[in-house]
Amino acid sequence: MSRNGLLIEYEYCTGCHACEVACKQEHNFSDGMCGIRVDELVTVGPDKVHVDFIPITTRFCDLCAERTAKGEQPACVKHCQAICMAYGPVSELVKAMEDKPRSLIFAPK
Amino acid sequence: MAKGNEKIVNSTMWSAGCGSHGGCGAEIYLKDGKVVKVEGDKSHPWNQGRLCPKGLAIPQYMYHPDRVMHPLKRVGARGEGKWQRISWDEAYDTIEKKLKDIREKYGAESVIFCQGTGRDIGGPITFLMYAYGSPNWVQVGLAGHACYTPRLAGMFVTQGDYSVLDASQFLEKRYDDPQWTPPKYIIIWAQNPVNGCFDSFYGHWVVDCMKRGSKLIVVDPRVTWMASRAEIHLQIRPGTDGALALGMLNVIINEGIYDKNFVEKWCYGFDELKKRVQEYPPEKVADITWVPQEKIIEAARLYATNKPSGIHWGEPIDADPAGSVVAQAINHLWAITGNIDNPGGNVIARPSHGVATYPFSTRELTDLYGEELVEKLNEKRIGADRYPMVKNFRGWVQPDVLIEQMETGQPYPVKAAWIQTSNIIGGQAADPRRHLEAMKKLDFIVVVDLFQNPTSMALADIFLPAASFPEKESFRSWWAPLAVLVKAVEVGECKSDWEINLEMARRLGTKPIPYKTVKALIDDRLKVAGTSYDELAKKGSWEMPPEGPSKPYYRHERGLLRQDSQPGFNTPTGKVELWSKRHEEWGLDPLPYYEEPSEGPISTPELWKEYPLILASGRRSSVYFHAEHRMIPWLRELEPDPIVEIHPQTAKDLGIADDEWVYIENKRGKVKFRAKVTPTALPRVVSAPHGWWLPETDGREPNLFGTWDHNINNLTSMGNQGRTGFGGTNYRTSLCRITKIKD
Repeated sequence: MSRNGLLIEYEYCTGCHACEVACKQEHNFSDGMCGIRVDELVTVGPDKVHVDFIPITTRFCDLCAERTAKGEQPACVKHCQAICMAYGPVSELVKAMEDKPRSLIFAPK
Repeated sequence: MAKGNEKIVNSTMWSAGCGSHGGCGAEIYLKDGKVVKVEGDKSHPWNQGRLCPKGLAIPQYMYHPDRVMHPLKRVGARGEGKWQRISWDEAYDTIEKKLKDIREKYGAESVIFCQGTGRDIGGPITFLMYAYGSPNWVQVGLAGHACYTPRLAGMFVTQGDYSVLDASQFLEKRYDDPQWTPPKYIIIWAQNPVNGCFDSFYGHWVVDCMKRGSKLIVVDPRVTWMASRAEIHLQIRPGTDGALALGMLNVIINEGIYDKNFVEKWCYGFDELKKRVQEYPPEKVADITWVPQEKIIEAARLYATNKPSGIHWGEPIDADPAGSVVAQAINHLWAITGNIDNPGGNVIARPSHGVATYPFSTRELTDLYGEELVEKLNEKRIGADRYPMVKNFRGWVQPDVLIEQMETGQPYPVKAAWIQTSNIIGGQAADPRRHLEAMKKLDFIVVVDLFQNPTSMALADIFLPAASFPEKESFRSWWAPLAVLVKAVEVGECKSDWEINLEMARRLGTKPIPYKTVKALIDDRLKVAGTSYDELAKKGSWEMPPEGPSKPYYRHERGLLRQDSQPGFNTPTGKVELWSKRHEEWGLDPLPYYEEPSEGPISTPELWKEYPLILASGRRSSVYFHAEHRMIPWLRELEPDPIVEIHPQTAKDLGIADDEWVYIENKRGKVKFRAKVTPTALPRVVSAPHGWWLPETDGREPNLFGTWDHNINNLTSMGNQGRTGFGGTNYRTSLCRITKIKD
C-alpha cells in the first residue's frame, strides 16, 4: 500500500495559523500539543527582506486518520486559508511537486 | 445531516465567536446538544471550506469557564468586582426603570448607545436606540472615528457609492465565472489582509488572485508577507498616505496615462484636480513619505497602464490626518484609471438584495427609520452641529466631541451608557484613562458582552450575557451574499443581541414594536429580497445577489445606481466627482489635500529628539480580533505576549535583544511589551498590536486585567480629528521611545 503524506507549497503559506488550530480542534489537543506548527523564516537578501512561513508536521500528526478513512481531507488541508496544502500518496505528491518551486513533502508516519 | 444525537447545522459566521467582520459559511457540528466542532462549509462561495484560527477555536470560546452565563448586577462599588446573579426579568425591569427615569429627567439624548467593531451589533443597537429616542450611536473613544467610516465617507462624496477590490466575491461561481478577470495589479494599501476579513473582505482572496496572476504593489511601513512578494513595496512613513496618493495622481495625470474616455464621460472636475496635484510632484512626495521617487513613479505607471487593476485598503487610511480626504484621493486613483465597477477593478459594493442590516449610509438610515425621525435626531446628535460631514453622512456620534461633552456636560449632560459588545477601556478608546474617568461619572451603565473585560469590570451596573454566532438568529447583508445566522444551540442563559434589544425596545419604545419575535423582525427586513429567515436557512444560510443594483458590473452604464434610474453615479452631478459637490455644499475643500501628522519628525522636531521613534499601533494578528480572544488557550498559545517589532539596528543602539521585555513610552503613557527584533521593520518605526489585556490576571481596579500595562492606546490621545471630523488620530503616528526593562 502506498504511503500518504502532505505536500505544502510554502511559497503561498501566509503564516495564518489556521492549520494549527484546525489540528487542535480536530484532535482536541491540550496546550502545547499540536500535529503541525508554522515557523517564520525571515531572510535578508541583497535588495529586499523576505518573509516566509514554513508549516512543519510534528510527531503528533496522524494525517487525520479518522477523517481520511471517511474520505475527508485532513483538517489542516481543508482549512488552509492559502490553499497551499495537499494530501495524498507520496508518489503522487512528488510528481505534483515538480511544478511547485518552493514546496515540501511531509510523510509523518 | 443527522445521526442519532449528532447533527450538522449550516450557518454564517459573523459577530462574537470568530469575532470578525466575516461572512464565512460554517458547518456547526453538534453532539448531545453541544457544539463539538466548527468547520468551513465547502459549498459556500465566501470561504470555500476554509476557516481562520478564530473560527476554528469557537468550541473553546463558547464553553470557556470564564464566560458569563447569566445576568449580573453589581453589588460593590464600580471596579470592586462584586457581582450578584440575577434573573433576566430583574435585569430587564431594572434597566427599564432606570432608563425611563433618565429619559424623563434629562431627555433620551442623555443616553449613549455604544458598540465596538462593525458586526451584526449595528442592527440591534440602532433599533433599540431609535425606539428609545436617542440619536447617540457611538464607537466610544474611536478617535477621528477611524474605522472604515472615513473611507466610506471619502467614497460617498466622490462616487456616491462604496467600492471594494473585485476578487469575484459577488459571483456565485467565484473565480470560475467567465465574467470575472483577475486584477493585473493589486495595490494593497495599509493592510495585512492575510490576518483576517477586515471590512467584510476575506483577506486570502488576495492570495487566490495572486495564484491567478495578479501582481502586488504594497504600501506598508512593514515588510509583511505580501510586501515581500510584491513587485514594488512602498515602505512608507506612517500617516503620509495622502501625500503618496496625490503624488501618484500627479504622475498619472501629468504623464497622460489615465483613462481619457472614462474621465471625459464619467468624471467631474478633472481640470481642478489636475491643477491641485501639481502641488505634489514625486520628488516632494518622496521627501514626505520616505519612499524613493522612482518607486512612486513606477508604482503609478504600473497601476495606471495595466487594466484592470484594483486597490485594497485598510484602516490606517481612516486614521491618517484628514482621514476621509485621503480616502478621496485614493478613490480618485481608481476613478481616473477607469477601474470602477469593472471586473478585476474596484467594484461598487452595496448591501446584498438591498437588505439593510444596519445603516451603512444616511439613505439606509432614513429607509429604516423615516426621514422625520432622522432629521429630528440629527438636531441633538453629538458632533453633528460641528461637522457637516458627520451630520450628513450616516448616523454616528463624533467620538472626540463626545469625550469633551461627557467631561463638560455641555451642551447637555451624558447620564447613561448602553455598551454592547464594546471593550472601550481595554481596546477601542484612545486615551482609555480619560474615558474611564469620564464614564465613571455616569449614573447608569449596562454592559452586554460575553466575557468580563476591563470595561465591564470598571463600569457595568448591569451585565447582560450575549450569545456567540452559533447561538443566535441574525442576518447579514454586508455586501454579498445575503445570509442568515442559524441558531444551533443555547449556552447558559445567554441571549442574542437582537433578542435582548427587541425586548428592551418593547419596554422602552415610544411607539409599539410590531415584531413578536426576532425571526419576525428579520423576515420583515428580508421582504425586499423576496425571501425569509427559514428559506435562507434551508438553503444553507445564504443567497448571492440577483441581477440588479447589488450585483456588478458597469451599473453606472445601466442606470442601476441612481434613484432616477438614469445612467450615471449616485452623486449631485451624476458623475464621479473629483471635485466634490457635497464637500462644496458642506464648506469643505472639494479637492483632496495632504496634511502632516500633528506629531512627527516634520511637525514636532523637538519632540522627535526626545521620542525618536514613530509608534504605529494596531498591528493585526491572525489569532485575535481587536481586544478579543486572549483567554482562548488554542489561540493564546500561538501569541502569548504583546509584541513590539523593532528594527535590528535600532534594537542594537538601544541595547535591546530579541524577546526582551521593554517599555514603550511617550509623554502620555508607558506600557510593557516584548521586543521582536526583525529586519521587517523600518529603523525609525516600531509597531505594536492594540487591545492587549490579560484575562488571567486580577480584573478588579486598579489592575483591570493588566490593561494599564499592556494597552497601547495608553500612548494615544483624543482631539486630533481632521477638518471633516474624521481621521487625524495618533494611532499610528505618535512618537515614542523604547527602553529595556531592567529587573
